[in-house]
Amino acid sequence: MLSLGSGGAKSTKPSFVSYVTPEEIKSEKDPPKQEKHPDLLPGEVEFCSANPILKYTQDDLSQRGVFGTLFCTNFRVTFISDEKPQEKTDKTFKNKLYGENDIPLMCVDHIYGVYDEKRKLITGGLVKNKYPSKMIIHCKDLRVFQFSLTFSKEEDAKKIFQGIAHHCLEEKSLKCVFAFSYMGTPSPEMQWKQETVMFDSPEDWTQEMKRTKANCRLVTENENFELSQRLPKYFVIPLTIGDLFSYQGKGLPIWCWSHYSGCALFKASFPPVTQEDGDFQKHLDTMINAVAHNHLYSVKTEDLSESLPNIQDIQQSYNKFKQFFLIENSTDFWLSDVKWFSSLESSGWLDIIRQCLQKAVEVVECLEKDNTNVLITEEEGTDLCCVISSLAQIMLDPYYRTLMGFQSLVQKEWVAGCHAFLDRCNHLHQKDKEYHSPVFLLFLECVWQLVHQHSPAFQFSETYLTVLSDSVHVPVFSTFLFNSSHHRESVMKAESPLAQSGPLSCPTVWDWSVQFDSKAQNFFFNPLYLEKVKHDRAVRKPHKPKHQRNLSLPSTAFKTPPKKGFFKDETDSLKKMLRVKRLSRWRGSPDAPTATTREFFESWQHRPLDYHGLLLPCLDGPAVHIWMQRYLRWIPEVYILGGGSVAVMTKLMELLSQVQDLKRVLEQRDSSQAAKLDHRPYFQHRLLSFDSSGRLSSSFPFAYTCYRSFKPIIPTGLMQSLMVTDSLASQEDEASSVVSFV
Amino acid sequence: MEESGSVDSVESLCSSTTTRSDRSSGPRVSDTELRSKAKAVEKVYKDPSKDELPLLPEELVQDSAKDVTYICPFIGPVRGSLTVTNYRLFFRCTDREPVFGLDLPLGGLSRVEKIGAASSRGDVSYGVVCKDMRNLRFVHKEPENSLKKSVFEVLMKFAFPVSNNMSLFAFEYKQVFPENGWKVYDPLAEYKRQGLPNESWRISKVNDHYELCDSYPATLFVPVTITDEELRRVSSFRAKGRIPVLSWIHPESQAAVVRASQTMVGQNGRRCKEDEKLLQAIMDANAQSHKLFIFDARPSVNAAANKMKGGGFESEDAYQNAELVFLDIHNIHVMRESLRKLKDVVYPNIEESHWLSNLESTHWLEHIKLILAGALRIADKVESGKTSVVVHCSDGWDRTPQLTSLALIMLDSHYRTIRGFQILLEKEWLSFGHRFQQRVGHGDKNHTDADRSPIFLQFIDCVWQMTRQFPAAFEFNEYFLITILDHLYSCLFGTFLCNSEQQRLKEVRVRMRTVSLWSFVNSQLEEFVNPLYVHYPSHVLFPTVGIRHLQLWVSYYIRWNPRMRPQVHPVHQRYKELLAKRAELQKRVEELQREAANRMASSSSERAGSPTRSITPVQTFV
Repeated sequence: MLSLGSGGAKSTKPSFVSYVTPEEIKSEKDPPKQEKHPDLLPGEVEFCSANPILKYTQDDLSQRGVFGTLFCTNFRVTFISDEKPQEKTDKTFKNKLYGENDIPLMCVDHIYGVYDEKRKLITGGLVKNKYPSKMIIHCKDLRVFQFSLTFSKEEDAKKIFQGIAHHCLEEKSLKCVFAFSYMGTPSPEMQWKQETVMFDSPEDWTQEMKRTKANCRLVTENENFELSQRLPKYFVIPLTIGDLFSYQGKGLPIWCWSHYSGCALFKASFPPVTQEDGDFQKHLDTMINAVAHNHLYSVKTEDLSESLPNIQDIQQSYNKFKQFFLIENSTDFWLSDVKWFSSLESSGWLDIIRQCLQKAVEVVECLEKDNTNVLITEEEGTDLCCVISSLAQIMLDPYYRTLMGFQSLVQKEWVAGCHAFLDRCNHLHQKDKEYHSPVFLLFLECVWQLVHQHSPAFQFSETYLTVLSDSVHVPVFSTFLFNSSHHRESVMKAESPLAQSGPLSCPTVWDWSVQFDSKAQNFFFNPLYLEKVKHDRAVRKPHKPKHQRNLSLPSTAFKTPPKKGFFKDETDSLKKMLRVKRLSRWRGSPDAPTATTREFFESWQHRPLDYHGLLLPCLDGPAVHIWMQRYLRWIPEVYILGGGSVAVMTKLMELLSQVQDLKRVLEQRDSSQAAKLDHRPYFQHRLLSFDSSGRLSSSFPFAYTCYRSFKPIIPTGLMQSLMVTDSLASQEDEASSVVSFV
Repeated sequence: MEESGSVDSVESLCSSTTTRSDRSSGPRVSDTELRSKAKAVEKVYKDPSKDELPLLPEELVQDSAKDVTYICPFIGPVRGSLTVTNYRLFFRCTDREPVFGLDLPLGGLSRVEKIGAASSRGDVSYGVVCKDMRNLRFVHKEPENSLKKSVFEVLMKFAFPVSNNMSLFAFEYKQVFPENGWKVYDPLAEYKRQGLPNESWRISKVNDHYELCDSYPATLFVPVTITDEELRRVSSFRAKGRIPVLSWIHPESQAAVVRASQTMVGQNGRRCKEDEKLLQAIMDANAQSHKLFIFDARPSVNAAANKMKGGGFESEDAYQNAELVFLDIHNIHVMRESLRKLKDVVYPNIEESHWLSNLESTHWLEHIKLILAGALRIADKVESGKTSVVVHCSDGWDRTPQLTSLALIMLDSHYRTIRGFQILLEKEWLSFGHRFQQRVGHGDKNHTDADRSPIFLQFIDCVWQMTRQFPAAFEFNEYFLITILDHLYSCLFGTFLCNSEQQRLKEVRVRMRTVSLWSFVNSQLEEFVNPLYVHYPSHVLFPTVGIRHLQLWVSYYIRWNPRMRPQVHPVHQRYKELLAKRAELQKRVEELQREAANRMASSSSERAGSPTRSITPVQTFV
């Protein structure tokens, strides 16, 4: 720990001084050298390794570390300590694919090399020359690793450095991604499949239309992607669209969701701009009319590319934002603590989150209050359209706030909906920055804000969201590897090792058993979730999501009287009646969402909160928070030992499991009346008990790092933080008796 | 909280304070109550039916006026009637749905003034600045009869009774509660709990009649090796005679937390043999360590500047084995200004796009961080270093109690209970003479008084930050903290009146003439209990002081903004539900067990294997 002697700053960066030469180390630990090997996953191949490598202990200012071997495989960079593994490795929340010292190749964000005390970003060019004395790896899940390469043999160090740099940074082809080598045995139960709707069959879509009482048409003409490669295999469009094949399906309004009132949400890409302006306009009108025809002849359109930041803005903002959490040492941490709020603001990330939520609220307002159809558009129709439509659906439809519902939503809007995951996540390290953007993460961030504000409404926990955001960079799942359904199918067919035996199948991320055992999966469930009280118990079947549509909000406050009859009489003058409105009203002034949206929120707020009804986020400055769990989990300076939300959640889970136990006891007692037994799946009741004597850190269940000791973290450099230059600061404490009566 | 609804919407509307609105309607300060369905837990009011003003005992209506318009910054102008009593301001509008009301104690007002001249229609505007982060604005017709006082003139009179030679309402209020809160703190009992006196520390009677130091308590604990005569000499060397005395002692290591004021070193570097001896004795009283840490709360520059005025700090030459650490906490004026800026940022409207940089520019959270960091370093020295510490600032009554009481909360789980926290406030703040009267300015119209400063609020904010970080470590909930703050200003209870124990006990005789806040609080404890609380007696809490983990206390500072109205604390609610559920199930299991046992007794031979064995006893640790 620091000496507390001086109140001043300790700003000098500690430099590593080793009093042990590599020779000494070897003599110390002669026996099994290079014996240790990582436990390879099926299909994983080791490329190169080096020993001894010093891995710096992250949570220590003294720059000490652990010696061990660094490996690079086709799946990950992994470090294996020479020290005997500590006993306390029986984690309740262990990822089966990679541990705390493993970095999946796809998860590497940047590599820095320290050459003669100078830190340089490693790019292709630098690799060839010499290797750095120290290698710093920034991960996409915000972990930071620091390795010293000076202790191992020169050629080993060079090899491992070049190997890691090559496999993590160089542009590569999709088939080099580990998922295509991974030979994991698919989980036998396939339980996830029964519950998560994959939207890869016509039945799934029909079912979804039935659930939301949609009156639209299922398109099967794209089964072989003859219509468009950018459109889903199956999708749903308004009834009145006849001509599918014009513009290769561009500009087609794709159905997302129907409100119980009958109005619906659609999304569309831009129709291609042709020479003839009139043609374009005509096409547009046809599409808008088709949407309007869906219900009440009213439609609002919203061009998201006009009113929201574009994907490059999002990328830039996130790049700035994440830097605040990639902390290499304590000094940096306390320095960045000083201007924390203004730094955050300057990244603009929270503001982008707010804008997206705001836009989603506007869409919700149209559907819920005005009962108009909404058509959101965007160049490709697969980025912000996905964000906004998914968010609106989560706010409106309680089904999507259950775990399975949420996964189905991601399948529907994002995976089947052709979000270009491969390009946006830059899994292949392409140099072309134009296509990268953390759009999906942005969506998860927005969902987190909702979870944070209305916890009891969500069946899944923030841990689930954090894990999901990490899983995007685990190159095992097919879910996030492709740019579209067509891309997925064509690659899967081509890459199949045994073309005869059908297409290759990678696990989907929803098969959580690939990563976590069932005990760890308990952390995905939110103990605060208020289950809907069912009147009819028999209906409760997990994979027949009976929708609580009619319960969702028959509110008197918003109900506009149905004007159906009025419009029906005048179908001939449809054009005239068409209430086409543009939503774009807060462009340029995100600060002042129009009064009506404000009113909409306030009148919603004034009614009693129904967690199974409409849910709106509060978007005022103080209400938008940082996703602490995701961003702070690896920073030891902010660990709260024995505290944090984990302290509450574990207590809740404990209590919940006691209640479950008691129920079970009673059920056993009641076995005479076995007919009444409730056979619902136990998935939300498998709660674990904790060793309540141990004090968990707030970073639980993520960073377990053997917490150095029970010591407080005392900030350094406090003086720099607050230089009050005011004359007030030098004023005497006890004011003189000069009293001014005003 | 501005509005309150009737019947149905009560739950969602009336959360004036952070938590549930169906709290009993004790004499609380929030201004919501216009509910027809108030839970009558106490017979404090007559039935608060629609038209009747819920008055406290001895509360008298002084004046009222119809046709007053309240310019609400959130919902616009509201027309209604305004009533002023000797305790509160009460505004009510029944024309609207939901019914709108304001109900605030006059103690919470810091300034009432006429804004501008009367308009052509004879309307006059009045501004009311409150101590609890809001400003109110009313428009009212000037009475035609110029001899008649307007309701606002009456308001000005009763809002500042001290300036108008009247007594505070606390001296009128005669509510009797089941518990007498004045008995909460017994210094001897509290020191006894800490194992005092012992072989190293003794009680000194030297301040029995407040002769040594009029801002210190009568009961002082000092090292046994120091005589009263020496203490007298020390007192002339410490600012305001506030000598180093014991505040808390570690039950195992005997490391002590000692508080004092600055040394009167001056420019010439005066020394005081007895003071040096006293500090050495403090060090010697702890066998575990041969060092002593002196924490000077001030920035070193300010501490040095104090030498010009005769003050200063301990030099390491004079005090062998002592290490001096400056904690860089700013003075009362900086804090007052910081809170003023914060109010500008949060009330009435929040500028969304610059919220974070605006918040940063107030420095409020940075001050909180520095105070918590200081307390953390103190607690660390005592707990991890087993070293005794001396804490002081200039006079030892502002920053010093902030630091010592926070360190004590970290070190001693007793102070995290409801009663323990009351004792902590009584001891560190009230008996050791935090100048509440000056800092709050009870009943005083001089709102620009430079002695006013939100030092105590800042401390409560720090406590709140800790409750956020350790949600299961505190017996009390957020509502408890807000209630304390509300009654800090309300002047309903005598607890926070006066500047020192001497004034409270000898001059004003507060205990005889007023009711203690703790009488009220302890008579309805269930309101203030944190259901998640687990009592771990030995746990020391080390909070994280990084600004990333500090938050603005929205449910206090921004509670008047209806958009930021917090919901019922979902975790607490859920937890309570589960507790109830568990209790119910346990009961049923027990019933079944009993039944089974009976059946077994009657037909034990028939069945092999007792069904009771499947029942696992359920632990209860809440």
